[in-house]
Amino acid sequence: MATAESAHLPRLATPISDSLDSPRHSGVVRLTHWINTVSFFGLLVSGFAILLAHPRFYWGETGALGTPSILDLPLPFMRGGPSGWGRNLHFLSAWVCVLNGALYVVSGILTQHFRKDLVPAKVDLAWGSLWRVVSNHLRLKRPSVETSLAYNLLQRVTYLAVIFVLFPVIIWTGFAMAPAIVSVFPVFVTVLGGQQTARTLHFFASDLLVLFVLVHVAMVCLAGFTNRVGAMITGQITARKNRT
Amino acid sequence: MSTVFSRRKLITTGLATAAGASGMAVAARLADRYGLIPPDHGGLLGFGQTLTYASQRPLMSNHSSLAREFDRSEISKICPVNGPPPESETYQRLLAGQFADWRLTIDGLVARPSSFSLAELKRFPSRSHITHQACEEGWSFIAESTGVPLSYVLNLVGVLPQAKYIVFFPFSEKGFPLGKKWGSLDMLDAYHPQTLLAYGMNGEDLPTPHGAPVRVRVPRQLGFKSLKYLSRITVTDTVKNIGKGLGSSSPEHGFSWYGGI
Repeated sequence: MATAESAHLPRLATPISDSLDSPRHSGVVRLTHWINTVSFFGLLVSGFAILLAHPRFYWGETGALGTPSILDLPLPFMRGGPSGWGRNLHFLSAWVCVLNGALYVVSGILTQHFRKDLVPAKVDLAWGSLWRVVSNHLRLKRPSVETSLAYNLLQRVTYLAVIFVLFPVIIWTGFAMAPAIVSVFPVFVTVLGGQQTARTLHFFASDLLVLFVLVHVAMVCLAGFTNRVGAMITGQITARKNRT
Repeated sequence: MSTVFSRRKLITTGLATAAGASGMAVAARLADRYGLIPPDHGGLLGFGQTLTYASQRPLMSNHSSLAREFDRSEISKICPVNGPPPESETYQRLLAGQFADWRLTIDGLVARPSSFSLAELKRFPSRSHITHQACEEGWSFIAESTGVPLSYVLNLVGVLPQAKYIVFFPFSEKGFPLGKKWGSLDMLDAYHPQTLLAYGMNGEDLPTPHGAPVRVRVPRQLGFKSLKYLSRITVTDTVKNIGKGLGSSSPEHGFSWYGGI
């Protein structure tokens, strides 16, 4: 077997060619990733437009100018303007984001993508390997091609938190702000303790999502932008520039 | 490299697209028949509005879905408003006379076109609710509204079966930056037990900044649907010929007609 393989010279240089042949990211993951990118951008821009109508946050059921706030952003109050198209774009993008996210989650469960690729292995949860991953990140050490084929512990925990905590929180708090939804399912707002609390949590959850995107993009750049983005488009890992 | 777009893939994609398109057409026709298409459904942003409206209507189609009601102790001390009251001479004259000469006209697709004085509305069976009122801008307060259920008045004038919208015309708010206001409700919200023609707030007559003498209160939607300073109500089967035909003045300024979200 080994001799048969070594007869193919071009393949010799890449002993892990077998794993390189299977796509780095499945078709569904690639498709939903880019749809999510577009819808998230729409949600972010429109969310900011809505925020500009009243850049002030409260806790509890109610809050308005003249009542105590918990956060006053240094932004102008732009009334009767951007929140109009902002709301329309926000809910259109939210529909795309939620339907696309549902497709991603269902397919991730059916194909065992979450179990195989994202749920951390027991050995990775040991302090030694945990420390190694963190210190590699802190020293901005580039992963080798071999290790870059699987997610490390930090990536796994972060992705799982984004998919199964932040997105559910932002959808839940969004529903809690909709008077029609709440009239049918009051629990959306009652467990949070109020509609203004929902609005505030919605804002903080979106801040964390923005932080995730910034770190995510920074990491992609550090790990090799062309390579990683290419893998998310075509599914294939291409050889590094310094290897060709 | 394998061909990414094989013939089989192309055929499958083509068939799926065709099926999807015809499925959408059938869905659109069905949605229209069951009143799931909002008047401002046009364009890409209107598509999002339609998805929201069409998915929320069936959820709320029975009247057991009620906006949360609060305790008297939870009524907000500060209840802000947006925009000043109407500056029109008619309105100022009626206000000076404490609305003794004010009448609410109801016409259109009704068996008995009528007009009611404030005293007459107050003699009808009343309902009060303490509800959360949120502005689309983000701020909110809790207040008690008292009035006659809109459904009671609609039954009194005899709404004809082909009616689809209840249209509200207020006295024009000259100071309002977005121009002349008007609005409409579909029959589901118009007949909802919490939808009131409200003449009282927090135990007093409706204060002028909150829409005296009468405003509509629609607690299952955002504040901008609770139109103030009412002067006339028209029952109609289409809103195409009113304003820009989008169902209210809100979409004329980039906002949505439906305020459930």
